[in-house]
Amino acid sequence: MSQAARDARPKSFSRAAPAALANAQLRANIRHATRSIRAKRAGVVAEVPDWEELRSAAAAIKDEALGRLDEVLLELEAAVQAAGGRVHWARDGAEANKIVTGLVRAEGAREVVKVKSLTTDEIRLNEALEQAGIRPVETDLAELIVQLAGERPSHLLVPAIHKNRTEIRDLFRVRLGLPTLTDDPAELAEAARLHLREAFLRAPVAISGANFAAADTGTVCVVESEGNGRMCTTLPEVLITVMGIEKAIPRFRDLEVFLQLLPRSSTGERMNPYTSLWSGVREGDGPRAFHLVLLDAGRTRVLADPVGRPALRCIRCSACINVCPVYRQTGGHAYHSPYAGPIGAILSPQLAGETGAVASLPFASSLCGACYDVCPVLIDIPSILVHERGKVVARKRSGLEGRSMKLLGRAFATRIGYERAQRLGRTLQRPLVKDGWITRFPPGPLAAWGQSRDLKAMPPQTFREWWESRDRA
Amino acid sequence: MIDRVALFVTCLADTLSPEVGTATVTLLERLGVEVVFPPEQTCCGQMHANSGYPGEATALARRFVDVFAPYDAIVTPSGSCAAQVREHVSGLLDGDDEGVPQKTFELSQFLTGVLAVEDVGSGFEGTVTYHPTCHSLRLLHVGDAPLRLLRAVPGLDLVELPDAEECCGFGGTFAVKNADVSSAMLDEKIAAVLGSGAESVCACDSSCLMHIGGGLHRRGSGVRAIHLAEILAS
Repeated sequence: MSQAARDARPKSFSRAAPAALANAQLRANIRHATRSIRAKRAGVVAEVPDWEELRSAAAAIKDEALGRLDEVLLELEAAVQAAGGRVHWARDGAEANKIVTGLVRAEGAREVVKVKSLTTDEIRLNEALEQAGIRPVETDLAELIVQLAGERPSHLLVPAIHKNRTEIRDLFRVRLGLPTLTDDPAELAEAARLHLREAFLRAPVAISGANFAAADTGTVCVVESEGNGRMCTTLPEVLITVMGIEKAIPRFRDLEVFLQLLPRSSTGERMNPYTSLWSGVREGDGPRAFHLVLLDAGRTRVLADPVGRPALRCIRCSACINVCPVYRQTGGHAYHSPYAGPIGAILSPQLAGETGAVASLPFASSLCGACYDVCPVLIDIPSILVHERGKVVARKRSGLEGRSMKLLGRAFATRIGYERAQRLGRTLQRPLVKDGWITRFPPGPLAAWGQSRDLKAMPPQTFREWWESRDRA
Repeated sequence: MIDRVALFVTCLADTLSPEVGTATVTLLERLGVEVVFPPEQTCCGQMHANSGYPGEATALARRFVDVFAPYDAIVTPSGSCAAQVREHVSGLLDGDDEGVPQKTFELSQFLTGVLAVEDVGSGFEGTVTYHPTCHSLRLLHVGDAPLRLLRAVPGLDLVELPDAEECCGFGGTFAVKNADVSSAMLDEKIAAVLGSGAESVCACDSSCLMHIGGGLHRRGSGVRAIHLAEILAS
């Protein structure tokens, strides 16, 4: 995607999908990657005898934290401060960006290294930093690729899932100035490693996200695979963590549950290679200053809706994305949100108050339910999708669909109305039917159906007419 | 032993696929079950519920419960509509469901679970592959009930459907609201059906069969989309 496309006004999902569907390379990459992650996940989940109990425990812990988030967050703040860290509160993305930019400027830093950038993608922190003359360097390999390409991540966990290694080689050749680079994975990784090592050693400030933060000890946790997180949280002088308020958990010991669920659900590994945990600062060990920015940005709105609230349990594992048949066709960019796939379809519209392009996302699902089956924190995504559809419909002016639904609702309310609708349908279809099928469609919703499907015509007799005739016989 | 059931034929089968309803009647009567058809029935409200119209869905759920409350058991040849009744009606009615959801059964679950039969005395010649519809699989948990019924049919050669548990892309209004993605999903399902080499693709939902069947017809394929009830009634 070009810079122009990136800045373009976001489209609804159905309008954005055709471009993704037309990209055969993208679809092949995504199909291949999600298929292999799914198989790995299924294998390592099957090994855990108490998987269902772990899921229930995780849901219960998250619900407890969300149920008394006001207390949990204050406890977290007190514990972080007691350990020598500073806590900042941000109502929205703009406020968080201002806080972070101010902290970086106060250090006189012109460059920052970044890890776990999903939440900062949500608030577009990189753009705010660039505008302040600060260069953000993404250090997760895939995030780096996406950043160098001037794109946005297309998957929570595998942000460059839409790119293959030939595309990455071409990108590195130009952007890292390595004209003779081959597409050998080891060579590509080495090029990125050298580029990043220099940045780790140079940057005075690191900015991280957080997977969890334990309120009782003030401990922040980052889970990752490449060691870049460990570099970011230990090498620079100053560490700034931007965290959505829903990431707080009540107790340090709760991590036991989540650290079993997360790697198996996300990368299909029994254990992730790096788990970094830190509580405030410690003399002579790691950064000398630690700032925790607690971000609301719509989360309290989600919290206020008891049906939609479980979306805040999400631990960003991406298992739902990897099983989603809709995501598999389009990839993440069509969602126009850093949160793609099923979780994005319930979280993004809630965070935005069911307005804008993301209001189309609850409809970007066939409600097949595969997401709920794999969710490690038992979010009933299909039910929340349906709930969100109701909220979107209630906000909109009643169009053709709304009127049709109301008419059908009224018709189906009585036997007479229902049978009349059946007869009317049979009459209206008459000019379209040929040999028991409708193969050419008038404009409108029927044409959308007819894009790839014929429609079996209504036969001359309904079931109930047959039943009546049989009763008489 | 339940020997009398009310048939909930579903608005879709009533209107578009009456042969599924007649097959269900034939099959149940052959097994010694008396079938009654309450003519006041219309729709369970699933389309309204899933499309974001909970007000209309609640009214239809109320009507469904009122119409079917007098019967000991309700049988329906649809995994999706059975799931709507069993999983969602009670919530729409704030629990005032008169026990109707618990006594509503999808056909294959009624046969294998309540009547405890697998061989239902049918005969069907041909190669068949089975598509487990999403709601029958993941909301109702029918498991292998339809497969056990199919395996017991003499003359029927059951072949595996590759990636069987993938959605066909129907999803109610999703098929028209997101027609491009829905079509891409259908392409994959049809490739799998054709790849199975089967002469017929069987499922427990008229809606998904309308989708898959419509796609097969568009492609000029001779593969037939057929409901489980039609095979078992043969």
